Amino acid sequence: MKRRHLASFDDEHALLGAIARCRAAQLDVVEAWSPHPVHGLDAQLGIPRSRLPMLAFAGGATGLVLGTVFQYWSSAVDWPIDVGGKPFDSLPAFMPVMFELTVLCAGLTTVFALLARSRLWPGKVVRAHPGVTDDRFVLAAVPRDPTLPAHEVDRMLLAAGAERAWEETIP
Amino acid sequence: MAAELEVLAHAPTRAPNPHAPSRPSGCAVPSEEPLIGGGKTLTQVTRDVCAPLERRPTFAWWAALCAALAMLLFGVWAVGYQTATGIGTWGLNRTVGWGFDITNFVFWVGIGHAGTLISAVLLLFRQKWRTSINRSAEAMTIFAVLCAALFPVIHMGRPWLAFWVFPYPNARGSLWINWRSALLWDVFAISTYFTISLLFWYVGLIPDLATLRDRARGWRKKLFGWLSFGWDGSGRTWSRYEMACMLLASLATPLVVSVHSVVSTDFATSVVPGWHTTVLPPYFVIGAVFSGFAMVLTLMLIARRVMRFEDYITVRHIHAMCKVLVFTGSIVGLAYATELFTAWYSGNEYEMFAFENRLHGPMAWAYWIMVSCNVFVPQLLWLRRVRGSMVAIFVISLLVNVGMWFERFVIIVVSLQRDFLPSSWSSYCPTLVEFGAMVGAFGLFFTLFLLFCRFLPMISMFEVKTVLAPAHPKEHA
Repeated sequence: MKRRHLASFDDEHALLGAIARCRAAQLDVVEAWSPHPVHGLDAQLGIPRSRLPMLAFAGGATGLVLGTVFQYWSSAVDWPIDVGGKPFDSLPAFMPVMFELTVLCAGLTTVFALLARSRLWPGKVVRAHPGVTDDRFVLAAVPRDPTLPAHEVDRMLLAAGAERAWEETIP
Repeated sequence: MAAELEVLAHAPTRAPNPHAPSRPSGCAVPSEEPLIGGGKTLTQVTRDVCAPLERRPTFAWWAALCAALAMLLFGVWAVGYQTATGIGTWGLNRTVGWGFDITNFVFWVGIGHAGTLISAVLLLFRQKWRTSINRSAEAMTIFAVLCAALFPVIHMGRPWLAFWVFPYPNARGSLWINWRSALLWDVFAISTYFTISLLFWYVGLIPDLATLRDRARGWRKKLFGWLSFGWDGSGRTWSRYEMACMLLASLATPLVVSVHSVVSTDFATSVVPGWHTTVLPPYFVIGAVFSGFAMVLTLMLIARRVMRFEDYITVRHIHAMCKVLVFTGSIVGLAYATELFTAWYSGNEYEMFAFENRLHGPMAWAYWIMVSCNVFVPQLLWLRRVRGSMVAIFVISLLVNVGMWFERFVIIVVSLQRDFLPSSWSSYCPTLVEFGAMVGAFGLFFTLFLLFCRFLPMISMFEVKTVLAPAHPKEHA
């Protein structure tokens, strides 16, 4: 059983301002939820830069290699067929398909990596914080001093600009 | 402690920045007008965009859906009859082997391009006006590519063997497909384009589906809960999500250029005069963007009126699209001129004749419809009075759609009609079955689009929320 304090805001700037104030008040902001991406939130929460581009690159490179090798193998090795006297290994003519497979594999890798890493799947049940998919910005804070009473934490959150603050237990 | 003070000092607040350069009041710069009218709040955006989904469909919607379904049924009859009887039901002959089917194929692929351009290229260029229209433009792309893909399949005559175009281990050898064929490149280009567009569109929908989930009750809540993949809007997810969107945009951007280039190689790699030319890939790409923007304008002008989205799809959006239309229309004009110049400069009598035939031949009317609709009509948008009238813009967008359809007709039919040997010259007259397939494709497109408007948020709510004027007092666009 872990306890954390939630605070909701009506504005993204209020949220960003509050995160800085919480830190000054010895509260660790562990997560924030918002109806739209908030610029500067990554830095405030200390979220490292996503490594999706590396995966996308790896996916694209795999597609490129697969496309090249398979086209070469099927037209020059497995069953070479003379089409209008063209060479069996017609690399320039293979390029469109090589390109398309690169893009396709990179795109599929990006999306599946995003879903896997963020643990999103069809049918997953969540209870989003009220209003967070509409117009509310919510942060979760944990006091650095565990002996700090709950009402004191809530008071600090309200002082930081929250319109509402409450405590939550998570299993 | 010093670090904390530093953070506090830089924490964004609502107070205006005293060091920001002040702008004299009353000197409104058009591009600084708010993108979204009516001074909306976040929750108003949610409510306005969800409203058409949460109320009963209007009479106009039902009427439009019935009309679209009737068109679709006509198409189903035509394609069904053609599939059962054979492609002899079409007006094609030995000389004109491609007609309405490939014209419609190229037309629909082209329509799709504007969606990708708006969602991917304008995202990379950080054009914020795209947020109101990107969702529906992407939906348009997907439906248009779907319509496009139908035509080559029904042209096969035996559509149940369509899977032969893919390289799969088969009992004939395995006999692999011919990778050197431009038609095969098309298969890969179109299926990649469709897949990436669909992924991009669906990923873009997830946060909005979560909004719908949290507003709905009963079975709708379950459905949207299932579709929204358990989205909770956390900072970490948003961070990754934005990165994924940028990556998908960067991947879709070369597709904007490549798909129609590949389609143009169906023609350019052949030896038919009028097709065998290196200008075709850029010519096709710019034509595609031009026709796609015309279709986006047509749809958006109807949608903003019918769905009461005037505050979201504002005059500024419409004017931005008009500018794109004038710009791309002018390049299309340049492409037509280049084509004529190259034909003359080549000194090749067959090439020269192909264009002579377009300008003065038996189907010259099609060429002149194409030139007037694509080159001259959009130039009217330079006039302030024309841009001020939504009706005029709507008519222009329709005419551009017509002109771009005729462009493909001219390239395909008029080039094939009279080639090297006068003894094999022929003409082409489409049959009712071909008209049926064309009307059916429009029916399918509008049916899907109407269902989309009814069941999914037509405007990307979370993206519009990021560009609401008062929330970004200090942002420099």
